[in-house]
Amino acid sequence: MRETDAVINARREIEVCNACRYCEGFCAVFPAIEQRRDFTAGDISYLANLCHNCRGCYYACQYAPPHQWGINIPATLAEVRNESYAEYAWPRPLARTFQRNGTLLSLAAALCLALVLFLGIRLNSATNFFGAHGTQPESFYTIIPLPVLQAVGIASFGFSLLALAMGARSFWRDAGPRDKVTPSALGIALWDVLTLKNLGGGGNGCNDNSEAFSMRRRYLHHAMFYGFLLCFAATCTGFVYHSFLGWPAPYPFLSLPVLLGTVGGIGLIAGSVGMVAMRFADDPVPNVARLRGGDVALLLLLALIAVTGLVLLAVRATGAMGLAMSIHLGFILAFFLMLPYSKMVHGVYRTAALLRRAVERTMKPLGGE
Amino acid sequence: MPIRDKTYDVLVAGGGNAALCAAITARQAGASVILVESAPKAFRGGNSRHTRNLRAMHDKPNAVLTDAYTEDEYWDDLLRVTGGNTDESLARMTIRASSGLFGWMRANGVRFQPSLTGTLNLGRTNAFFLGGGKALVNAYYLTAARLGVEILYDSEVISLNMDNGAVRSIDITWRGFPETLHARCVVASAGGFQANLDWMRQYWGDAVDNFVIRGTPYNRGGVLRNMLGQGVAAIGDPTQCHAVALDARAPKFDGGITTRLDSVPFSVVVNRNGDRFYDEGEDVWPKRYAIWGRLIAQQPEQIAYSICDARAFPLFMPSVFPAIVADTLEELAMKLKLDPAKLRDTIDAFNKAVKPGQVFDGSKLDGNATEGLAPNKTNWARAVDKPPFYGYPLRPGITFTYLGVRVNDKAQVLMDNGKPTGNLFASGEIMAGNILGKGYLAGFGMTIGTVFGRIAGQEAARRARN
Repeated sequence: MRETDAVINARREIEVCNACRYCEGFCAVFPAIEQRRDFTAGDISYLANLCHNCRGCYYACQYAPPHQWGINIPATLAEVRNESYAEYAWPRPLARTFQRNGTLLSLAAALCLALVLFLGIRLNSATNFFGAHGTQPESFYTIIPLPVLQAVGIASFGFSLLALAMGARSFWRDAGPRDKVTPSALGIALWDVLTLKNLGGGGNGCNDNSEAFSMRRRYLHHAMFYGFLLCFAATCTGFVYHSFLGWPAPYPFLSLPVLLGTVGGIGLIAGSVGMVAMRFADDPVPNVARLRGGDVALLLLLALIAVTGLVLLAVRATGAMGLAMSIHLGFILAFFLMLPYSKMVHGVYRTAALLRRAVERTMKPLGGE
Repeated sequence: MPIRDKTYDVLVAGGGNAALCAAITARQAGASVILVESAPKAFRGGNSRHTRNLRAMHDKPNAVLTDAYTEDEYWDDLLRVTGGNTDESLARMTIRASSGLFGWMRANGVRFQPSLTGTLNLGRTNAFFLGGGKALVNAYYLTAARLGVEILYDSEVISLNMDNGAVRSIDITWRGFPETLHARCVVASAGGFQANLDWMRQYWGDAVDNFVIRGTPYNRGGVLRNMLGQGVAAIGDPTQCHAVALDARAPKFDGGITTRLDSVPFSVVVNRNGDRFYDEGEDVWPKRYAIWGRLIAQQPEQIAYSICDARAFPLFMPSVFPAIVADTLEELAMKLKLDPAKLRDTIDAFNKAVKPGQVFDGSKLDGNATEGLAPNKTNWARAVDKPPFYGYPLRPGITFTYLGVRVNDKAQVLMDNGKPTGNLFASGEIMAGNILGKGYLAGFGMTIGTVFGRIAGQEAARRARN
């Protein structure tokens, strides 16, 4: 991590935190601060990515603005976090994608949508594209052939996974040497990821936009995250059905892939739309307004993938199937391509930060009476 | 916005922990309540926003406290720090009431940190608020607003107009505009006067210009002075204040907890002239930090310098401001604006007086003393000779003042003739001198505030509703 203004400011604020320590009950960030006395840029990137942005510390802080020290850890670490996404982006020239991420993500979605629609219509006859195919086997692939679907899907998703892995590697190295990763540390980190324990403000929830605590954000994130996982599970099940069991799509309403996808899609929509709504009701002070575009664009893209997936399910036997599928796949293509260049990367770095925290959790805090 | 022609059941002067406990309790007892806080919303809560915990008696471990802390042990601790400058019956009443506070505090939104975590070694005697005192204050304000307590920010109580031992009306400024309000009962919870430098100057002279006020700039003592000017009985030595050693670079007000410095026991401390003036290693720091404020206040220009070397530097908590660092003592002296030759002499003399061959142990009184110095350092004496050298400037930091109003066990304010006022109650720092007449016990101010706030709220509501 470079010594940017955001890093320098974060260091100043974190050193105030380390002399205060009132917030140590809120989340993992403060105990991690207490184990250090000097903060390299890598340490600050680690702390920034460990922060879940629950804002408990901001409302509790006796030095928060308008105090002259203006301590505002959620906003300050959000700045560093966004810079760290750019810092670890791979390949390097794509670091700039995090500058105007909302615009870029929207543009990518529009382009992918246009591309898939254009090719879908261009490469199909009108009767095929707009014809009703019923629920006969492989009806989807009459519009886009399966090998094309698989090739584009695997290539785009595969590249994104590689890019994410390269980013994770840079992040892990940046925070310096650490103890060995043990199975128990892995277990603790996984538990923290799956439960969002640190979005709980010590079990009380987040400060959404005031001093009051609520579990709303944690539950909405769960709906979105587990909805996303169910959708992914639906795709994987479909792949197994098709490739190993010889059962081609489309599947009946009460089949496993459709059930998983439907429940997951509803969760994904509820979670992401709810989080977008919360993003617009945020208290501006502990937030970075500039970063809202990227967050909202990603949440809406996820919601659109789910909505178009459910629409496709509803119209799959009609003449609207070709259009609905092209739109759905257009959004998915955008998501796959932009995975390493969107807010989605926070999942990777936060998981890595929680793992590092789990490794070092047995270290003793420095100082103290 | 205050309602001029309404007679409130209870008016609470102040907006910290004690005021909020009184307002919430009175409102829960059915009274109409208005709370008048002089700070703007962002800085509400008086010194409570800088606190962190509350000292509570308990017979067995619970969710927030380990082991047990009995009434007698609590009383002994209080007796020791106050040197008997306390009222045993009020003190024991407070101590006993402290064991039953958690349920009420939780029900009104306060969250605690689990026991066994936490930086400080107070997990047995003190319950820590999750996020500290400002989070507690936030929770109480939310509760008070939900219950329908009317809250005025940026509003100061100017005068409790007393007649024949009772408050008849209350003059305030509401966002700068004068208003007169009426209330059947008044609870005075407006803190001490440590932020009123002119008042402090009466006792300390121009030395106050070199004092740092650790807490809110809004504790100017207006309500206290107003009551004392109307025949209310005073308690506590007006000249005394709780003064600790702070980093001299602290802001004049509101620096809170982070500007404290724990370096003294592992340092050599010199004054402006480069002379040592007190035994830095007399006892462990939690037992000594509160005398150092006074010691520094007695030095020329009320400043001192804590000097240590690379071996001592990692032994204490980081402070909010970076240490001043130099490779030689002379260079450090220059940076601290001390006489380099004099500092060198003092440190050389100190290093020579350290008895060789002793085992250093920073975690306890290790008996490592100097010989032949005036004064000697009686623990953790070790030569200051391993560069780089570190220096911190120190000033007296004022936490609170001891002067207050005399109250009885119903939190009623007493007049000079010993009779209770008809409708005036007090809670918190403004009456803490009844119990804590001298010294300090961590988290006890919040205990007094919570216990007496609830009593005052209860009694005021009962009286107003009858």
